[in-house]
Amino acid sequence: MRILEGEKVTKHFGGLAAVHGVDFDIDQGEVVGLIGPNGAGKTTLFNLISGSLPTTAGEIRYKDKRITGLKPHEICKRGVARTFQSAKLFAGMTVFENTLAASLFGSKRAVSVAEAEREAAELLEFVELSAAGSMQARDLSIGNRKRLEVARALATKPELLMFDEVMAGLNPSEIVQAMELIARIRSRGITIFMIEHVMKAIMNVCDRIIVLHHGRKIAEGTPREIAASRAVVEVYLGE
Amino acid sequence: MDLVRGTVKNSLFAGLFFLILILLATVSLYVPPYFVILLTTILMYVIITVSWTIFSGPTRYISLASAAFFGVGVYTSALIGKVFPLPIVIVAGGLFSFILALLVGLLTLRLRGMYFIIFTFSISELIRNFLLWWETTMTGTVGRWVVMVDHVVVYYVILSIFVLVLFTSYLIRRSRFGLALRSIGEQEEAAVHIGINATWVKTIAFAISAFFMGATGAIMATKWKYIDPRIAFDPLLSFLPVLMAIFGGTGQLFGPVFGAAIFAYLEEILTTKFPYYYMLLFGSILIVVILFLPHGLVGLVQKWREGSWRRKNANP
Repeated sequence: MRILEGEKVTKHFGGLAAVHGVDFDIDQGEVVGLIGPNGAGKTTLFNLISGSLPTTAGEIRYKDKRITGLKPHEICKRGVARTFQSAKLFAGMTVFENTLAASLFGSKRAVSVAEAEREAAELLEFVELSAAGSMQARDLSIGNRKRLEVARALATKPELLMFDEVMAGLNPSEIVQAMELIARIRSRGITIFMIEHVMKAIMNVCDRIIVLHHGRKIAEGTPREIAASRAVVEVYLGE
Repeated sequence: MDLVRGTVKNSLFAGLFFLILILLATVSLYVPPYFVILLTTILMYVIITVSWTIFSGPTRYISLASAAFFGVGVYTSALIGKVFPLPIVIVAGGLFSFILALLVGLLTLRLRGMYFIIFTFSISELIRNFLLWWETTMTGTVGRWVVMVDHVVVYYVILSIFVLVLFTSYLIRRSRFGLALRSIGEQEEAAVHIGINATWVKTIAFAISAFFMGATGAIMATKWKYIDPRIAFDPLLSFLPVLMAIFGGTGQLFGPVFGAAIFAYLEEILTTKFPYYYMLLFGSILIVVILFLPHGLVGLVQKWREGSWRRKNANP
């Protein structure tokens, strides 16, 4: 079943076509990667899906309902969560409060404080941050910041989770842990759409990969197909 | 152990607070009128500052519209004070400011940083100048008489608003609404992406803070007998709460209370003792506080206390 679908999605900044006529679809339970050189429009596409930016043209549907034009908080409540390229935490709040806020406000139905607290604690456990619960988010290491972003996104009870370079800045052993975390999130039945530059991770984790270049989709396929694609190799390495 | 110490400390604090409240409630019985009037002025600044902090503290949106909301209260009092009983006038002053804040909020809370600050400042300037124009060209007389109310009554009304605003601020801080406000102040983009309707939350908080300013304006007007747009919408009243809150520290409930109380008292002392140098002295004190106490007076006390705690627990 299709969970997310984009039709001729376009975003122009003045004369620049950051995203141009991109069609895409993601099935429930899939892990889909989004790659492309810097400035390809990957983050812009995420911003269009999550409602941070209005689209210039085209339509995005979540579970067959149009979500283009909705505000970010409405899209979140429908079940789409995201993380940010540079972790956007509530720096002056504790790790626990960061997650608690997401549990309280993220889902459509009303959540009691006790329930949200239980959930936040459970998610911190899930991302292995329980010990840091009372720390200020600003005092976390980069790796732990990323974990907290993931916990906070999960606390909104998403069905579709979008990671924007969740592994950037991590060291090799942290990358292995992050890949393992993604696998565990997937086993919870959450669909994942991820931008990533760490090729090892993309190739291992994703069922399917979409390649953007200059705002257009230039390739799509399984990791094996993408690795063998001439167009993709040219974009990354030059001719 | 920490928990026990915490509850003992909390109940001590609550006890002290109620003692001060009882003192404030009975003070008019045994002090000269001058002192009651001084206390009224101090409490007025405290209310304005605490209500300013309800919105601007957690969200970090610096509002310079306090004078607008206060002034709307003042004018409400001048316009309907002769017709309606005092409690209705005060609530009406608050409600009109509440409604104004809702409208302004929905219009402007998309603006951030400098743009928001300037817009809020222009709101009160706009109203002031509009009223001046209206009074000079339409009614022909600038300013109005306000029905006088006994200074002890004014004091008790102000004291009640003070208790109310403190209680409201306390409840908001502890509620999920307060958590939403803080999230917005910390990282607005992330806040909207975890499902917080930032525009709505900000607008409501802005309106709540305006309510108390309006109510305070409505009662303070009765003390002044005569008001005009320049008195009612004095731009100084937009800046003072910002300074007082920073002075006291916005992180804690009592920061703005102490900040405003000490600040207002200092102002009174300095204006009477050093009428020529008062602005200079005042400015110097402020600069020192802003430079060296980023979390205000309360932040200083807290830091000192935390320091001594940490030392105790360094080697558990």
